[in-house]
Amino acid sequence: MQATDDVLIARIADGDRLAMQALFARHHVRVYRFVLRLVRNEATAEDLISEVFLDVWRQAGRFEGRAAVSTWLMAIARFKALSALRRRSDEELDEETAAAIEDTDDTPEVALAKKDKGAVLRRCIEGLSTDHREIVDLVYYHEKSVEEVAMIVGIPEATVKTRMFYARKKLGEMLKAQGIERGWP
Amino acid sequence: MTGATKQVAEFEEIEALLPWHAAGTLNPEDAARVEAALTDDDALSARLVLVREELGETLAVNEALGAPSGRARDKLSALIDQEPVRKPGVASRLARHLTAFMAALSPRTLAYGAGAAALALVLQAGFLAGFVLTEQQPASHQLASAPAVTTADGGGSQILIRFNPQATIADVTRLLGEHQAVMVEGPATGGMFRVRVSSTPMPQAELAALIKQIGQNPIVGLALPAGRR
Repeated sequence: MQATDDVLIARIADGDRLAMQALFARHHVRVYRFVLRLVRNEATAEDLISEVFLDVWRQAGRFEGRAAVSTWLMAIARFKALSALRRRSDEELDEETAAAIEDTDDTPEVALAKKDKGAVLRRCIEGLSTDHREIVDLVYYHEKSVEEVAMIVGIPEATVKTRMFYARKKLGEMLKAQGIERGWP
Repeated sequence: MTGATKQVAEFEEIEALLPWHAAGTLNPEDAARVEAALTDDDALSARLVLVREELGETLAVNEALGAPSGRARDKLSALIDQEPVRKPGVASRLARHLTAFMAALSPRTLAYGAGAAALALVLQAGFLAGFVLTEQQPASHQLASAPAVTTADGGGSQILIRFNPQATIADVTRLLGEHQAVMVEGPATGGMFRVRVSSTPMPQAELAALIKQIGQNPIVGLALPAGRR
């Protein structure tokens, strides 16, 4: 029987490095992807996940189980990612954001891809603002409930719902700008 | 609020829940509300189609990000090497045992049931009380409803039980109470829990009958005699 995350955390609190490896193996890819979508730099994301799991190692004894371990991990990861973003200059961020959403002249391949609604939608998802990207990922990819997103992001549950609504609305507007009309918004 | 305004407000409220409905992460109450609304609202169903498209492409975007290199794991290992060595404490051993016990019973119930959470607190209190009693005095009395930890197996007659995944803590507590049984340890290999059903050795036939009776309980997947240790 596979140990649950809570059991692994209890073992980590006892200094069990094998439990740490198991928890890392179970969650590091998702945590990495969450962080990478925020910081948009692979090397930074790799450094940050080491720091996230080091925090887990240090704080496991204080974990009270009021949230799922994966939710706790995401909250730590988000804090680390936003701190790293704050350390970077505005200039760097502007360049990265521009690179992410820049619409270059269409090559024949790109023009073809644009006919694929899915490809355009993925492109728009990648071009969302940090706040909107984060909430879309947490809800759709990381399968977090309203309550869990509220815990991770540190906002009220009602705000979680409205932020997700506006993120989706923004997606619809971006699609419309790309010539795809979905009938909403 | 007029009827039409109220309808719009209800539509918007349900629409805001669609992303969680599509992801399957709504609580049962909200999931039922959304399901009911979807059955007779075509406009809402059309919005759900859009949500599902977004969900599918968000998964694709994230999956395309790949995985980190081994550098992250190596760096973590090096960072942990520099940390002070920790020794396991009694409290953390207790917490580990308790979390293992509860997690093995019914994670969904623990995750979603406020009632189960409250019961968990009661169990935890009983668990710690049981531990203190065991530590401080001879085992003349045990809380039948509380899973007890003993440093030795405590003797008497013991059996092994594997509970069905849907068994809740309340179900297990009730079963233990009905038989004045005490949880000794678990879960072990195969999800088996060692349970003491009598503080004195029972005749074989009586024990076999009890095992059969417990094995027929719907929350029990398997009940077996426990070997002496």
